[in-house]
Amino acid sequence: MTDHAHDHHDHPFEPKIVGFLCNWCSYRAADLAGTARIKYKPNIRVIRLMCSGRVDPAFVLKALARGADGVMVAGCHPGECHYLVQNYKTIRRFQLLKHTLAALGVEDARVRLQWASAAEGQLLADAINDMVEKVRALGPLEWPHKWREGNGLDRLEAEVTAEDARLGPPHREAVPEEVRP
Amino acid sequence: MNRITIDPVTRLEGHGKIEIFLDPEGEVQNAYFQVPELRGFERFCVGRLAEEMPNLTDRICGVCPEAHHMAATKALDALFHVDPPPAARKLRELFYSIFFATDHTTHFYALSGPDFVMGPDAPKAERNILGVIKKVGMDVAGRVLKMRKDGHDLIAMIGGRRVQPNWGLPGGVSRGITEDERQQILERGKEAVEFARFSLKLFDDVVLGNPAYVEMIQSDGYTHRTYDMGTVDEKNRVNFYDGMIRVKDPEGREAFKYHPKDYLQYVEERVEPWTYLKFPYLKKVGWKGLVDGKDSGVYKATPLSRLNAAEGMATPLAQEEYERMYATLGGKPVHHTLATHWARLVELLYAAERWVELASDPEVASPTVRVLPKAKPDEGIGCVEAPRGTLTHHYWTDERGVVTRVNLVVGTTNNYAPIAMSVKKAAQSLIHKGTVVTEGLLDRVEMAFRAYDPCFGCATHSLPGQMPLEVTVRDARGEVVEHLERA
Amino acid sequence: MSAKPKLAWYWAASCGGCDISALAIDDKVLQVAEAFDIVFWPCVMDGKTSDVEATPDGGIAVTLWNGAVRSSEHEHMAKLLRRKSRALVAFGSCAHEGCIPGLANDTTKDAIFAAAYLDSPSTANPRRVLPQPATDVPEGRLSLPAFYETVKTLDQTVPVDAYLPGCPPEAERIWDALQALMSGAPIPTGAVIGAETTVCDECPRTRNEKKIAAIKRTWQVIPDPETCLLEQGLLCAGIATRAGCGARCPGVSSPCLGCYGPNAGVEDFGARFLSGVASVLDADTPEDVDRIIQAGIPDPVGTFYRFSLPGSLLRRAARR
Repeated sequence: MTDHAHDHHDHPFEPKIVGFLCNWCSYRAADLAGTARIKYKPNIRVIRLMCSGRVDPAFVLKALARGADGVMVAGCHPGECHYLVQNYKTIRRFQLLKHTLAALGVEDARVRLQWASAAEGQLLADAINDMVEKVRALGPLEWPHKWREGNGLDRLEAEVTAEDARLGPPHREAVPEEVRP
Repeated sequence: MNRITIDPVTRLEGHGKIEIFLDPEGEVQNAYFQVPELRGFERFCVGRLAEEMPNLTDRICGVCPEAHHMAATKALDALFHVDPPPAARKLRELFYSIFFATDHTTHFYALSGPDFVMGPDAPKAERNILGVIKKVGMDVAGRVLKMRKDGHDLIAMIGGRRVQPNWGLPGGVSRGITEDERQQILERGKEAVEFARFSLKLFDDVVLGNPAYVEMIQSDGYTHRTYDMGTVDEKNRVNFYDGMIRVKDPEGREAFKYHPKDYLQYVEERVEPWTYLKFPYLKKVGWKGLVDGKDSGVYKATPLSRLNAAEGMATPLAQEEYERMYATLGGKPVHHTLATHWARLVELLYAAERWVELASDPEVASPTVRVLPKAKPDEGIGCVEAPRGTLTHHYWTDERGVVTRVNLVVGTTNNYAPIAMSVKKAAQSLIHKGTVVTEGLLDRVEMAFRAYDPCFGCATHSLPGQMPLEVTVRDARGEVVEHLERA
Repeated sequence: MSAKPKLAWYWAASCGGCDISALAIDDKVLQVAEAFDIVFWPCVMDGKTSDVEATPDGGIAVTLWNGAVRSSEHEHMAKLLRRKSRALVAFGSCAHEGCIPGLANDTTKDAIFAAAYLDSPSTANPRRVLPQPATDVPEGRLSLPAFYETVKTLDQTVPVDAYLPGCPPEAERIWDALQALMSGAPIPTGAVIGAETTVCDECPRTRNEKKIAAIKRTWQVIPDPETCLLEQGLLCAGIATRAGCGARCPGVSSPCLGCYGPNAGVEDFGARFLSGVASVLDADTPEDVDRIIQAGIPDPVGTFYRFSLPGSLLRRAARR
């Protein structure tokens, strides 16, 4: 029942993307895009960490659970990690996480791993813009709504409660005390 | 008052409530045993790995996890088309016998025993295992606690944990036992046989020695004449681990005998809107309602049913007790619900003797307890006797062994119709015009279901989904304009 | 009128294993009965809900609650017992994280009713009857609790004072917790009563370097009894699971399933488990990782969130 063009409060949908960018490559690429006046969409909220290998899958899940429509993890190209091999761990974690998210019903385009070196400001900007449009097409995620009871149950409960009230007091009756000889 | 509610029912596993309706004359018009719980195993196990099923389904019940674990493990054997090595089969049955003895002990002493040892009229606060311990004294209580402790410790030794073992695999089990362990198990087994004999003696003294209880046992209010179901070996003797399923009619004649993999031809289930639990019945006889008799498909699968459905017990001391029970109660079949407690103790003795038999066989300590499957999995059925009735697990998987469909017919579920009938009949015989409905009287109604040792966690593994919705649109004059239903 | 503090022991969507595990403290149960006035324990004693309702608010010293919350009755009892209890303890995995009943969050109510009442091969239901929240029988109206689409943990329903993890908690840990309660010492709010390390620390198997090239299913290998199971390619959850059980499952050559939940400071068990597995895989490209996943992890939700789906960050799968 998702209206892809509007969010839950009927505002035109602007995707909220959380970005985890590594200090040495991808964050500098974003900086470069900034100083070179390469526009990228403001939908991404950037969080800087020292390494993409620092991204605990729980960060991604928390972002989605708290209302993000998408998450990007960005780091140095494999082989170029400032800490040598940690972005290989990023690859492995990310693949396992994607596999799990797919099984939970989170669409593939909402979570993206992007490599960008410090000189690749244009590349990163293009990747961000591309992701924003893909997520826009998918519509709002609004994950907390998925665990809210609804789908007619509230209405039915109200109906049953009203009917019970009409019928009279609840049927719990106290059992009299045991008669002692 | 015209309605009495017992909520929740107590001293059983699971949830239930009893609603008793009285007519204007004060007689019981009807009584309903509702089961208000479910979780959805038959659906949420779909998508899971086949080898997880022993560990997922044993969370259907924490009182009898070993039963589900074993039925699931046998289903995996069938699913993967693999036979466990002989040592594994013996070890599994040994483990199962230990579990059976421990579980029956728990039920008799902690769950139903208080009704006999303390009596249904004892104050509510004393009608429980703690009251029993105080009344019988630490000597006796100590034996009970030791039996349960030893049983659970052996289950943990063999299967990993006291509750929720992690042991069964297609083609065998994850670990065998050492020779040292076998000796320990054998020693405990001999003690278990003594304990079982002691329990039967206690039953004689406390229950059969009390005329009020004997009258209660034989009273019509606690009697139902239905079909009986149980698993039997090749000599038609009771077996808990494996065999053919045998059903006898209310007069004691064999009606059906089938291999567990054919269960769908014999058992069918019915849905009622006032309870989450389904009512199984014999398909070839048909559903005629919650009634007794040869024409009604209602059947029982309890310790008493197992003894009724078989021709004897496979071990000598249990066979003696089996003969004594039937001689005392007037021959086979016995349909007195409360005699189930006696049958349960006969089974306790058999389980202990079987435990000793299997533990005496050195092969049970062999290191070869598993073979790896070679065939691709597709479909498998595994069946055991749970303490509470015949337990059937049925799985379908894809080629990778990912579960695609599950069907379960669980021990207590078999007995839902008789339980409902027993509760109603007990209420009808105990509550009349002018009866003062005391708390002790309501406990006597509950005693009607406790004899079945029900496990409603087991029974209600399944979950309903959609809430139905009915909308009636009326105009200002109250005329129906439109009626919409979502089923 | 007893001067002993009151204790209640309630079960919601659970299996009874926590109660049986508690009884495995054997004769120490008598000490509990001496220390407390047990007012409600449906598994073992005859108190009724009306007895709880009649207790004054705050009149129960401690309620030990096992089971997940998945119906309106559970929610009602959670709110009732919260009002009546000074301390409410989430006892066991179902109350703590959702446990096995929580796997229902991987599916929908519609799918569940279809499996049980409409499509079950042993069920004959031509009129497509379904259980109803209220049914009028000739004698009156019978009600059933409403079933929720989503299973909740206890602390997603009412505030919880402490947690005792495990499916079930081992008797030794239960006794530790009961002793703490009997001593009257205050429990730090929100505390998980348990160890602050993982099952690996309790496991006697030898560990070497972990570089796992393939993940195996348990029916594909007979593991060697001395070496770490994870190193042998089996997905042992011990690396992510709180200690307290004595590593009993690896002790019988079965990989740890993760029933004690996450270690201290971890919010999402599945994330921690998969992250730990990722760290030790011998694969450097997405394709290599995918090959390992296809063969060894066909069911990531069941593997990584076996006991913890409702208590996880995402709590459930999207409804399909």
